[in-house]
Amino acid sequence: MAIEVRIPTILRSYTGGAKVVEGAGDTLADLLADLDSRHAGLRGRLVTDAGVLHRFVNVYVNDEDVRFLGALDAKLNDGDSITILPAVAGGAFGFAAAAAIASHTVATRAAAAR
Amino acid sequence: MVTVATFGWAGGGARLDDVLSIDRSIIDAIVAHVRRDHPDEACGVVAGPVGSDTPTRHIPMENAARSMTFYEFDSMEHLRVWRELDDRDEEPIVIYHSHTATEAYPSRTDISFAGEPGAHYLLVSTREPDAEEIRSYRIVDGAVTEEPVRIVDAAVDPNAVQSYMFGQSPATVDYECSDR
Repeated sequence: MAIEVRIPTILRSYTGGAKVVEGAGDTLADLLADLDSRHAGLRGRLVTDAGVLHRFVNVYVNDEDVRFLGALDAKLNDGDSITILPAVAGGAFGFAAAAAIASHTVATRAAAAR
Repeated sequence: MVTVATFGWAGGGARLDDVLSIDRSIIDAIVAHVRRDHPDEACGVVAGPVGSDTPTRHIPMENAARSMTFYEFDSMEHLRVWRELDDRDEEPIVIYHSHTATEAYPSRTDISFAGEPGAHYLLVSTREPDAEEIRSYRIVDGAVTEEPVRIVDAAVDPNAVQSYMFGQSPATVDYECSDR
């Protein structure tokens, strides 16, 4: 079972420069574990020590933001296409305050999507 | 040397060019966009052919945070635009946003989130009502390097540039701060 994964420029050091790699897994968590077995360190750039997706990494399954599909628990199927993009974010605000607001925003959006 | 928290993003490489050359019409469009959204921060991209280091196509993006002090691309618009770039053999040459009450210098937040090591990070300050401060940076592995902005337009009246202030300092600026 093959799932195509598109790797952003900044993470291609883990994939030998490859823009697209293939992996397998029933869920996003399984897929990332599979990828990490061949591209060591990649998973650690996407998943926090607490075991959740980094807030400022966007992962998409086909055309959907994975946050609305169960995040790491999102179910995957053969032939799915995964895209990883580092969020483009910033601003004048202090770091801690910005992160707090951003996580609130995502929680609000996730709630609205339910 | 650099210890800004970067959310684990590192690697990639900056381009060799240490100047942003950009067409006046694009700068004008960016300024119009950030003025329109003031006092909220505005953000966007200028795309160009892969490897060209030439920004040719202005793409104003929605600030999903709708904030005076924070910006974030909408995740779905981000995906759509990045796919479009792929299809057109383009890449983000410039990523811009505004600071609406402070100088056009990357904040620690900007540095932490900078995930496109190949891009020119263009900052526009709209804190002055009648002039924009426009400055450009490379942000790689938490290190900020300011670069000159060169307006490309042979036909332009040099006096017209006076409404913008282009500042730069030659030095690489290293930040040190504690982790989150």
